[in-house]
Amino acid sequence: MEPPRWHTNVLIPCPWCGDREEVEFRYGGPVPAGYPPDPQTVDDRAWARYLYYRPNPKGALEERWVHTAGCRRWFRLTRDTVTHEITPASDASA
Amino acid sequence: MSRLPQGGRIDRSRPLRFSFNGTSYSGYAGDTLASALLANDVRVVGRSVVYGRPRGIFTAGIEEPNALVQIGPEPMLRATQVELVDGLQAAGLNGKGRAVPEQDAARFDKTYVHCEVLVIGGGRAGLTAALEAGRSGDRVILVDEQAELGGRLLTAGWNDWLTSTITQLSSMPEVRLLTRATAFGLYDQNLALVAERRPNGQRLWQVRGRKIVIATGAHERPLVFANNDRPGIMLAGAVRTYINRYGVAPGQRAVIFTSNDSTKPLEADLQRAGISLEAIIDVRTGQAIVDTVAESGVALESVIVVPLTGNHNRREIQCNLLCVSGGFNPALHLFSQAQGRLRYDDGLACFAPEAPIDGVEVIGAASGDLNGRGQGTIVPSWVIPGDGEDWSTHFVDLERDATVADVQQALGTGMRSVEHVKRFTTIGTGSDQGKTAGINESAIIATQLGQPVGAVGVTTYRPPYVPIPFALLAGRNRRELFEPIRVTPLHVWHVAHGAVFENAGQWKRPRYYPREDEDTDAAVARECRAARENVAAVDVSTLGKIDIQGPDVLEFLNRIYTNAFDTLKEGSCRYALMCGADGMVFDDGVVMHLGPDHWLATTTTGGAAAVLDWMEEWLQTEWPDLRVHLTSVTDQWAAVAVVGPRSRNVVHSLFPNLSVGPDSFPFLAIRENEIRDMPVRLHRITFSGELAYELWTPSWYGLSLWEAVMVAGEPLGITPYGLGAMEILRAEKGYIIVGQDTDGTVTPQDLGIDWMISKRKPFIGQRSHRRVDTTRTDRKHLVGLLPLDGDALLAEGSQLVLQSDRTSRYSVGHVTSSYRSPTLGRTFALALLQSGRERIGSTIYAPLDGQVVAASVVEPIFYDKENARRDS
Repeated sequence: MEPPRWHTNVLIPCPWCGDREEVEFRYGGPVPAGYPPDPQTVDDRAWARYLYYRPNPKGALEERWVHTAGCRRWFRLTRDTVTHEITPASDASA
Repeated sequence: MSRLPQGGRIDRSRPLRFSFNGTSYSGYAGDTLASALLANDVRVVGRSVVYGRPRGIFTAGIEEPNALVQIGPEPMLRATQVELVDGLQAAGLNGKGRAVPEQDAARFDKTYVHCEVLVIGGGRAGLTAALEAGRSGDRVILVDEQAELGGRLLTAGWNDWLTSTITQLSSMPEVRLLTRATAFGLYDQNLALVAERRPNGQRLWQVRGRKIVIATGAHERPLVFANNDRPGIMLAGAVRTYINRYGVAPGQRAVIFTSNDSTKPLEADLQRAGISLEAIIDVRTGQAIVDTVAESGVALESVIVVPLTGNHNRREIQCNLLCVSGGFNPALHLFSQAQGRLRYDDGLACFAPEAPIDGVEVIGAASGDLNGRGQGTIVPSWVIPGDGEDWSTHFVDLERDATVADVQQALGTGMRSVEHVKRFTTIGTGSDQGKTAGINESAIIATQLGQPVGAVGVTTYRPPYVPIPFALLAGRNRRELFEPIRVTPLHVWHVAHGAVFENAGQWKRPRYYPREDEDTDAAVARECRAARENVAAVDVSTLGKIDIQGPDVLEFLNRIYTNAFDTLKEGSCRYALMCGADGMVFDDGVVMHLGPDHWLATTTTGGAAAVLDWMEEWLQTEWPDLRVHLTSVTDQWAAVAVVGPRSRNVVHSLFPNLSVGPDSFPFLAIRENEIRDMPVRLHRITFSGELAYELWTPSWYGLSLWEAVMVAGEPLGITPYGLGAMEILRAEKGYIIVGQDTDGTVTPQDLGIDWMISKRKPFIGQRSHRRVDTTRTDRKHLVGLLPLDGDALLAEGSQLVLQSDRTSRYSVGHVTSSYRSPTLGRTFALALLQSGRERIGSTIYAPLDGQVVAASVVEPIFYDKENARRDS
């Protein structure tokens, strides 16, 4: 049996404020490929990839979150999309 | 009366009156409605939902599938859980409760707590765990769904231990004991949701426990045989509860039908209660009840017993109480919700936890330790065949009226998964969530398919464990407390002057200020004329405001906005536009250069939070080298726009020492001044196209500033105006509202505001403006529409087509804004239209509600194209 996971409200480890309820945060999506230093030199295909393609793994996913109702800092963490297990990033800066 | 002369935990010194289906009865404090009904010999509580069969009380607890009652506005309460109170009025149900139109007077609220240990279940196991955790000094919360702690101990004795344990727990300062509190959901990271029943409502506890101890016990399950649903048939453990806890004899002549040892103590209980035990039918000895009889068609009168093998010696045994035990199901609903896996245990004939999960411990009967329940050896006998081939009265789910015949039909269609069979038969989908039915369903499927029970598995356990009113989840967040309401510092003035308000996000904004018996259109038209012909004022304090400071602000703004700011001098401001990385318009506002390294940007009222997040995201994630600090100052500033050809006169009289001429205080200039000791920052910006001044002051002066403007403008007849007029004025000038005239798929080029896009520097979204998609010539452009009939008002959102007849099959755009203009003396609209700029001069059609409105396509500016009024 594979019980499904009921997701309501997880605790997010803000590197500055500690564990806080998810409602205090906004999800920033998977960490994108870095913004190209000069987008004008990037071809259409690569630019579309930057804009619209995001990883969607079953398992560990590196994500950005922002503590909107707290310190307003952006940071990274790794979330397992299957177990919801959250691992703070070793380098907290986003 | 079936009340025993003594015994039980009821308080015989406190008799209570109640009524059921209109008849008056009496019971005692400590009774449930179910025990009081049994004490009054009420055996039939309701009728079943599909077949209308009479049904009685089947259990003594939360798992009750039959005895559903309506009490006031509360439909479908379990009589086994309703505590008797004086004057209670209950009615039995024919399967369904009913919604009542009256307002529910109950109060619902929420609370949030953290603890080291949350113990769910106040039976022997839970109390023991709480005591142990409490002794360590940890914060402990113990919740139990019943009115009294003790669980099965309340039925089975051992009361000295119970009393002493509760006394010890109550003396521990960090231990909180919650009764009448049902944990109904266990979510990620040990968040438990608990519904606590209170005298006049319920409270939702959201408990985050470092450790959760599940001590939820086990539910006895019935045996499945023909006509196993008659009133008088009851779980064996429930019979014990009624005798020992409530002092009630649920019948006079009893038969025990069992597959395990747990019914042993019941024999003595029956004797003590004066109930004659007619027979013990134990499937382990090769006998079974194959049918039951109710000559009167209502309650149980006798049972038919045959040997399971060998000859067919039928026996009929008279009885009006059949005590049934088919074993026990550990109550693992919460464990399963918390991602715990279950395994089938052949020896125990039940599902038990397969492996522990982090932070959650399962103890007692819930863990599969059924010694406390005395199950002993069990020979599971999942379905007991009847006399013939008919399986239509072998009830599996009493609440849903679903039978073995239904399961067979599901399997006959080829379904194999227990989830499919559940949905086909509805077994387990009732308000009891199949607590007495689910495992039997799995086992019956397994029997029919010749598979092990463990291979069939159980259906998914979903929260909530018990029915929860939506009102509890809403708590106090209803009506005016549904979400925060934001008002400007000027709000009291608007209210006092009869403003009609409109919601703009969380803000309350005046829509217009009606005079006497003016209707909306008349009031808005008057306010528009005042702004165009005389002088008017509007509260614009809701604009988002972000204070931006630091040595790298210029570089930051150049990257964020499409405009370049290198030439923007201190003391002046500029309309500014920002796009997403995809090149689509995201927000607009005004950027103000206030001083060295000090700037301020306004945003749309609705976009303030998103823009701040957006700016922070870029600063923190991509440009951490930029020395820029952002502060939201939306609520720190009040802002009043003074608008109209005579606005200069009002500003001049407010600030006599300020030079307000068109050359000394030109368009887009900023000035600092004051009214007495009130600091005011003046900006020459306009959202109406008229000569206008935006006056800002720290918000605590806001009301004074507004009143000063009204006083200064009174000789000229200054008119306050609201959103209604503001929208018309801006649309006449073709000024867009982001989010109304744009929808996230619109580029600045689509809007025809290329002049706001700098070609001299990079900015976010720039690259996207030369993608194949954004450079198409057939994109939708912002255009103006003038209905050929100047009285016809296009509906906002109307689709646009190219032909007036029905031959146009494809929409080529839609109306984004549409108004009656008192200035133009006619209707007009803004629209996004495919290849719109090429269609200027042509006619377009808007079919809606069986009518077609024809309109000319024009440039999206209807008034003062030369901006002479703005710059005057």
